[in-house]
Amino acid sequence: MLQIQCPYCGVRPESEFAYGGEAHIARPTDPSTLNDDQWAEFLYMRTNTKGVHAERWRHARGCNRFFNALRDTTSDRFLAFYRTGEPRPVLAGGKP
Amino acid sequence: MQRYSALSIFHRGLSGHESWRPQWRRAAPKAAYDAVIVGGGGHGLGTAYYLASVHGLTNIAVLEKGWVGGGNTGRNTTIIRSNYLFDESAALYNHALKLWEDLSQVLNYNVMYSARGVMMLAHNVHDVQVAKRHIHANRCNGVDNEWLTPEQAKEFCPPLNISDNIRYPVLGAALQRRGGTARHDAVAWGYARAADALGVDIIENCEVTGFRKDAHGAIEAVETSRGLITTRKVGVVAAGNTSAVMRLADVRLPLESFPLQALVSEPVKPAFPCVVMSNTIHAYISQSDKGELVIGAGTDAYTSYTQRGGLHINTHTLDAICELFPMFRRMQMLRNWGGIVDVTPDRSPIIAKTPVKGLYVNCGWGTGGFKATPGSAHVFAHTIANDEPHPINAPFNIERFRDGFLIDEAAAAAVAH
Repeated sequence: MLQIQCPYCGVRPESEFAYGGEAHIARPTDPSTLNDDQWAEFLYMRTNTKGVHAERWRHARGCNRFFNALRDTTSDRFLAFYRTGEPRPVLAGGKP
Repeated sequence: MQRYSALSIFHRGLSGHESWRPQWRRAAPKAAYDAVIVGGGGHGLGTAYYLASVHGLTNIAVLEKGWVGGGNTGRNTTIIRSNYLFDESAALYNHALKLWEDLSQVLNYNVMYSARGVMMLAHNVHDVQVAKRHIHANRCNGVDNEWLTPEQAKEFCPPLNISDNIRYPVLGAALQRRGGTARHDAVAWGYARAADALGVDIIENCEVTGFRKDAHGAIEAVETSRGLITTRKVGVVAAGNTSAVMRLADVRLPLESFPLQALVSEPVKPAFPCVVMSNTIHAYISQSDKGELVIGAGTDAYTSYTQRGGLHINTHTLDAICELFPMFRRMQMLRNWGGIVDVTPDRSPIIAKTPVKGLYVNCGWGTGGFKATPGSAHVFAHTIANDEPHPINAPFNIERFRDGFLIDEAAAAAVAH
């Protein structure tokens, strides 16, 4: 089970959290101006990164707040946790 | 190819079984092929076999970065069924089911297909309604599926606990008698051996590292860890790694890769006659011919490429198994493992041409690809050979996500996603 650090509550087991999918995907402000390709891009296209992945988690059985994390999907090791609205951290070594 | 038969076993037994040859050649990559398949699992090897046997394309290769059948083909729970809700899915999975029936004879390789019946349990009013809707839809599509009362379900599967004082009592079940299991490794090996006999090169330890395109953007070569291979047609069947492979060709797909775990118990004498699945309480179980209980459930929550997941997923599954089948409460589990499954937004696969000419993809099987292996391979071979999809896989294109023609198959896995 993953150990996840909620920025508000601290480190807790994965069973307290709900996964929220890829982070930094903003809903278009005016969907009616989008064509089908752009709408499909927003709805369905994800990076599915093999490497460092920015993702949302929600502390569903705790403070119930969303936050973001960087995780290496080839090792499941978390590299950073940060609050919603904060920019994606730049990791040491220059990895995005 | 050495034909396998009872007589050949007897015959070679007389000489101490020393005259058996390897089932396929250890091929080295040639400089050029008419077509290249990326991914040496059941779907990829099957595609190569049907390209050679049905379409006469024998100057082809299967590239596998690891070993044949070492990915999800060797990691699944071997369940076969075709009781899907929508017409498109029923056509695809039933096509596969019909090919399963004589696959051992066609390949001259015992894939141990056993139509022992797949029973899907209903635990609440919603389950009952959904199951009956599936049964009616299936029967309209010529797919066998029937409703069982709890008593009939117990008669079909005696270990089942139909007591009404368990947390999720069994209210009934949908039974597909033609469903069952097959030996997963044998499927990969059987296709590999049969394809090899037709001249297909099966190249293991050969990872694709890039694609080369000509001035018009069409595929002209594949870069691999064992050198450059010139070809005009490439079929990618890379399961959980499809996103990573297709990114090399600048093609993006609506996929996410998740770990899916399974586990087996210590082997015991035959005790469990069929396959039982439960969507609501997240478990499925059968007994292999080796005697192990083969148990699986839903994916882990997060995307990953690690081929492992959290133990709490397995624990949750075993809770359900122990309640449904109390006689297994003191069984010991032998091992568990994970595979990486590529999941589409509508839980239906993509078997299609891509925006890049000469590049084809067969992916998105999510948690339920094994059952479709022969059908998937058969229609994908058709798509590659003719540069046009077979009528059965035409709806399973990439454009459906843009155009809104989703095949929203919640029954793709027997567990809720």
